Amino acid sequence: MTPSPDTTDSPKISLRGVTKRFGAKTVLSGVDLDVGKGQSVVVIGGSGTGKSVMLKCVLGLMRPDGGSILVDGKETVGIKGSEREAMMRRFGMLFQGAALFDSLNVWQNVSFGLTAGRNMKRAEARDIALAKLARVGLSADVGALFPSELSGGMQKRVALARAIATDPEIIFFDEPTTGLDPIMSDVINNLIVDTVKDMGATTVSITHDMASARKIADRIAMIYKGQIIWHGTVEEMDATDNPYVQQFVHGRAEGPISMEIRHA
Amino acid sequence: MTLINPLALIGHVVLAFATHTGNFTIFTGKAISHCVRAPIYLRSIGRQMLIIGYFSLPVVGLTALFTGMVLALQIYIGSSRFNAESAVATIVVIGITRELGPVLGGLMVAGRVAAAMAAEIGTMRVTEQIDALTTLSTNPFKYLVAPRVIAATLMLPCLVLVAMIIGVLGGYIVGTQKLGFNYATYLKNTFDYLEVMDVISGLVKAAVFGFIIAIMGCYNGYRSRGGAQGVGAATTNAVVSASIMILISNYLITELFFAK
Ligand SMILES: Nc1ncnc2c1ncn2[C@@H]1O[C@H](COP(=O)(O)OP(=O)(O)O)[C@@H](O)[C@H]1O
Ligand SMILES: [Mg+2]
Repeated sequence: MTPSPDTTDSPKISLRGVTKRFGAKTVLSGVDLDVGKGQSVVVIGGSGTGKSVMLKCVLGLMRPDGGSILVDGKETVGIKGSEREAMMRRFGMLFQGAALFDSLNVWQNVSFGLTAGRNMKRAEARDIALAKLARVGLSADVGALFPSELSGGMQKRVALARAIATDPEIIFFDEPTTGLDPIMSDVINNLIVDTVKDMGATTVSITHDMASARKIADRIAMIYKGQIIWHGTVEEMDATDNPYVQQFVHGRAEGPISMEIRHA
Repeated sequence: MTLINPLALIGHVVLAFATHTGNFTIFTGKAISHCVRAPIYLRSIGRQMLIIGYFSLPVVGLTALFTGMVLALQIYIGSSRFNAESAVATIVVIGITRELGPVLGGLMVAGRVAAAMAAEIGTMRVTEQIDALTTLSTNPFKYLVAPRVIAATLMLPCLVLVAMIIGVLGGYIVGTQKLGFNYATYLKNTFDYLEVMDVISGLVKAAVFGFIIAIMGCYNGYRSRGGAQGVGAATTNAVVSASIMILISNYLITELFFAK
């Protein structure tokens, strides 16, 4: 599939033909995706279709086997060392499982990118961490708790605060609402929309929660069998006759997407 | 297929071994290079020194105490067969400083610390905390591996020095209380024939063992895959491989110091 991006002239992030295999299993088989500056792109798709792997390839946590990933027009596949670190400073990531450091308390988690990553003084970083926590609706006393003492929703909020603590230009949200009740999901969605609008960040979010997708997305892309098979706006998604998109959006068991139950 | 064809099986084993050795060498090289380059996380090093050094004291101390005690008894039995009982103190101190202090101390710490490191880093790996470090502009080698390697390499000699003292003390207690040696004579025999090299070789061994323990704990944890089971396997591998490497390197270092 070739995308016809109607984004701004030069995309912030651009993936071309990105492939990734694990052993004999091909996970990404040529992903093409453009994310415009300041845009919020939501990637939808079933479990195990390689959504998280795609984000990790962009971040350099995994090395793609082929293809090219441009950030601000600069190739990032294969860059290493200080160049990679400089690129990383522009990114924030909310991991699927929150991935909070369980040896550190909440405010130390939130300020980690400032203290360890940028050598900021602890007192100063703590103030910023508490401000970010307030932004996601958590009071200062939560700051002293450890991640294991928090509920799933609170962990996601702390992870969100950590992802935005360094005011990154580009933020990735990997399933920010999965496993949360509908109300907490909506709280998280609003937080994402608000914080991102305030910061003017470019974002890519992964979800299979359609309510969440509608709320956050400027554009939606659907991944299936390791490729982006469709993309467009929310209105275009509702109007499309693409059977894959329709099946996913309406959550039907019958359709062209046959779940590989054994690998789900 | 591969199980049936013996040539393919051999090829598989050789390839796996080569890959493993290569990965391990690269890991060790990276770990060392991050130990000596800024930024150094002093807070993490201090924390690890406390965990490795201070909290291992009871187990290392107990091991040394009973080893020294049993050594005095056994050597007494042996040496009395040719009327050389006076050698007990000397052999105990040389045995403890050159060999048993570092090796038994190293093995005990390997069981405690290599396992803990592999479990902690392995859990961080499978819960994506290591990926999270990278996205927060922090090199995991620098933040996780280097402090552990530095702390273990520094703390093991301290622990083993304590073990040497306690071990000799154990021999002294048994020698004077049970075997009827004179207090002063036992002490004199202990220190008259002890050479500086005995203690130094023991401490050098300890530093090497500390390095091995930390590298094995971190390496196995860092590479763990697939949830709780993977972390469990990493922990076992860390302890087994650290223990074996301690025993092998112990022989090599002893041979190195043998001529001296
Ligand atoms: N490190 C890895 N090693 C081997 N296989 C992996 C690894 N990471 C992901 N996979 C496989 O890649 C596929 C896609 O994973 P993922 O991107 O996490 O899916 P999702 O779309 O649900 O986020 C899965 O089948 C998974 O088993
Ligand atoms: Mg995922």
